[in-house]
Amino acid sequence: MKKFAFMLFLLSIVGKGFAQNCESILLGQVVDFHDNTPLDGATILITGTPLTTITKPDGKFRFEGICNGVLELEIFHPDCKSQFITITMEGDTFKKVSLEHHLEELQEVKVVGDLVKKETNSASEQTLNLNTIERFSGKSIGDALREIAGVSSLNTGSNIVKPSIHGLNGSRVLILNDGVRMQDMEWGEEHAPNIDINGSGSISVIKGAAALQYGGDAIGGVIVVSPQKTVKTDSLFGKTLLNAMTNGRGGNISSELSKSYESGWFANGQASFKRLGDREAPDYILSNTGVQEIGIKLNLGKQLFDWGWKANYSFFDAELAILRASHIGNVDDLIRSINSGQPEVIDPFTYDIDAPRQEVTHHIASLNVYKRFQGLGKWNVQYDFQNNRRFEYDVRVGDDRNTASIDLELTTHTFATDFKWDANSKYTLTTGLLARFQDNFANPATGVRRLIPDYEKFDFGGFLIAEFNLNESFILDAGLRYDFNRIDAQKFYLESRWEERGYDTEFQSLVIDDLGTQLLTNPKFDYHNVSGTVGFQYEPDNSTNFRLNYALAQRAPNPSELFSDGLHHSAARIELGDLRISSETSHKFSLSQSKDFDNWGYSVEPYVNYISDFILLEPTGVEFTIRGAFPVWSYRQTNARLIGVDVMGYTNLHSNWKTRHSFSLVKGSDVTEKQALIQIPPVSFRNTLTYMRPQWNDFEIGLENRYAFRQNEFPPNVMVFSPEQQQEVVLAINTPPKAYHLLALNAKMAFAVFGNSTLTTSVSAENLLNTNYRAYLNRQRYFADDLGRNISLQLKLNY
Amino acid sequence: MKNYKNTIKKSVLALFVLISASLFIGCSDDDDPPAPVNEEEVITTMNITLATTGATAITLQSQDLDGDGPNAPTISVSGDLTANTTYTGTIELLNETESPAENITTEVKAEADEHQFLFVSTGAISQTGYADQDGNGNPIGIDFTLVTADAGSATLQVVLRHEPKKPNDGTLADAGGETDITQTFSLTVQ
Repeated sequence: MKKFAFMLFLLSIVGKGFAQNCESILLGQVVDFHDNTPLDGATILITGTPLTTITKPDGKFRFEGICNGVLELEIFHPDCKSQFITITMEGDTFKKVSLEHHLEELQEVKVVGDLVKKETNSASEQTLNLNTIERFSGKSIGDALREIAGVSSLNTGSNIVKPSIHGLNGSRVLILNDGVRMQDMEWGEEHAPNIDINGSGSISVIKGAAALQYGGDAIGGVIVVSPQKTVKTDSLFGKTLLNAMTNGRGGNISSELSKSYESGWFANGQASFKRLGDREAPDYILSNTGVQEIGIKLNLGKQLFDWGWKANYSFFDAELAILRASHIGNVDDLIRSINSGQPEVIDPFTYDIDAPRQEVTHHIASLNVYKRFQGLGKWNVQYDFQNNRRFEYDVRVGDDRNTASIDLELTTHTFATDFKWDANSKYTLTTGLLARFQDNFANPATGVRRLIPDYEKFDFGGFLIAEFNLNESFILDAGLRYDFNRIDAQKFYLESRWEERGYDTEFQSLVIDDLGTQLLTNPKFDYHNVSGTVGFQYEPDNSTNFRLNYALAQRAPNPSELFSDGLHHSAARIELGDLRISSETSHKFSLSQSKDFDNWGYSVEPYVNYISDFILLEPTGVEFTIRGAFPVWSYRQTNARLIGVDVMGYTNLHSNWKTRHSFSLVKGSDVTEKQALIQIPPVSFRNTLTYMRPQWNDFEIGLENRYAFRQNEFPPNVMVFSPEQQQEVVLAINTPPKAYHLLALNAKMAFAVFGNSTLTTSVSAENLLNTNYRAYLNRQRYFADDLGRNISLQLKLNY
Repeated sequence: MKNYKNTIKKSVLALFVLISASLFIGCSDDDDPPAPVNEEEVITTMNITLATTGATAITLQSQDLDGDGPNAPTISVSGDLTANTTYTGTIELLNETESPAENITTEVKAEADEHQFLFVSTGAISQTGYADQDGNGNPIGIDFTLVTADAGSATLQVVLRHEPKKPNDGTLADAGGETDITQTFSLTVQ
């Protein structure tokens, strides 16, 4: 059923011997598109010649005495549809061919190369394929993305996983879900993307702002979640995935069914349900960490070459429990938690999801129409509607016990159109326009002063991207984008806060009503942002790739950076935005070099990102209330610099053994204050060793090793007055936890069942040694250890 | 299928709405202003009355009218305590952002098994004790006693904990839970 896009490594190595006419050797291997297992008994035929051969059990084939030049190969396999490919012989040549092996399900063959079209030519980019996505079927999208070097996550416990690219997260990471830019409360540190990983076919990460078609403000990067591609054949197929896990004593189920017709019509539906109870650290239950998620996705459309349309609806509902012990009263409680090293509340295991908890519902409906004009290009129009409802329940007393403390409803309409001139093979030009309207409603029924106000937001944008194929090995790309953002809010300020911030001198004209202790204000701000990118890709041969990119990006402040004002109960901190905050501007240079040899390869991706007026949130001091003292976290702007490198490598030294390695480093500094930036991921290593034995029902076993160093560069801690201790004490709120080392094991086998179906079973163990650890980028590190050992079983049935 | 059609219908409808709406954007700025939120659970004021026979009662007050706003609470003590005397203490909690002020003490009383006042004293206070009980026979602390020692200076810290461990040994560390109020008063005993 994965007729769909996959990233494949195409190894095509030019032999060492210098080329002579008609004495070259063509070596090749035919493998299954899904899992790279060699295909035995495939027939290879060089068209226009009598030459033919059959692959050996290892999938390999060999032709001798071949002339240099362009050849066409026809490849048959009893279970697959025949496939034609052309190759260029230049001396001895190796060719890897991937065939779609599950013909019955798919009726289609996928071959070779970049099956997932890259979003950019020159930026650093990496894709998670369906195999990886399925492996993380029981987890969140943020967990899966950590597989990519340079991507980490900012966690709130294990349920809320916010992806962070090259050290940047939140509004700086744009998430595109099936062509729709996610509009949720991405600004909050404890807000996870509202996406069910099970609905996706591939996930690409562009590490930077180079994908201008999606937005100009992706200073961190863009995550493109794509559905599985549909094909124009008559087919019906489906898949069911079932996960059960010990840590949380639950699991999830996801099922999907697709139907497509030769006429271009297609429909597919997917639904998943997940339920977990309290998770466990090695030494104790993490009380109130359960989760329940429901995801539904429906697609319907008609796709022809010259025109087509697609309607999509998706629904995501998540109920997330937040560690009970992380809900604290004041700075003394926080000091106590940091010092005790053990959660305040440890209750027996339960499936109940109690306060503090979040309940988020997200609807997306989109309609996309395209039309291709002969000799010109393709025109695309899309409208999407999103509704995001967020409730946050705190531990409250009395009649308010079951009333949410935060109740926000964000409604977004987006209209976008673009035109791509691709008639000329030398260049393509894409231009597009976007209009967006967003309305946020903060329900006053909470009885808690709004942390985020009511607002309306208008965005207009336009872009032009050009791509030049200078010659076969050199592609140049460049783009320019302009965005206008207007935010029109209606916000109440406490009079004391209004004065403390100094707004009474600068923004008094915004006041529209004086209610005694509170002021109603109407901040209306406009932002003009310009972004651009230029870069090139150089591919001297099929095994070497070199990319260089410069991206300029500007991002307007989000509502929380401007308007946050008040006590965030679940975090026991006062968060203060600033109306004076302006757009931040990033200049990012990234370089990517990769090379594939016969049985190993590597890629190196260094980058540097200078961000002027970088907006950050950090602890700045303490404020006193009758409930005691609370740490104050304020937004401020500074000039920042992020320098880092991602290194990846692999070996296939033996046909049964392979290894993969990655290393990520990022250093963030506040250039103005001459100190480290907050929340920069520590240096980390990841290594996997895999043993494969296709003969034993596609047996595969892998050991994964992860090592995260201690983050030694962090901003200074703050001094606070502890009413309990009646003295100034250090609040070790920035001190990172120790380094840690985690092992994971994963084994799988596949069986043919019920004739045409395949059942894949896998067993995996995470945190195999049940290590106690805390991660620097987990906001609950002050309160409890991270997850202990988890053993999970996955059953996957393709039909 | 029904869902699809509905979705498509809605989408198409919404598209038209959007297009027509965008024509009028900028013209309409007549939204109703949002309703203000007056926090309900806020405790702005703690009044502690320390009474003893034959003398005027002493009042300790902590008042923070802007709640979680930037202003710190104002603390006042109406007079000095007498040495070697037993005082009967009563605590009153108010939300003065509402008019008339809401009495929060009754809410605490209603959920007495989830609340407890804890008293930490230094200097010229020889002991504090509880004078009330919740349904399980554990102390609450709305009514308490305070015994002064010889003349000198003293501090009295009063802490209201929500969902503490009950029973506890009377120390903050053992009680745990969340702090709803914490205030330290500097007193003179003479």
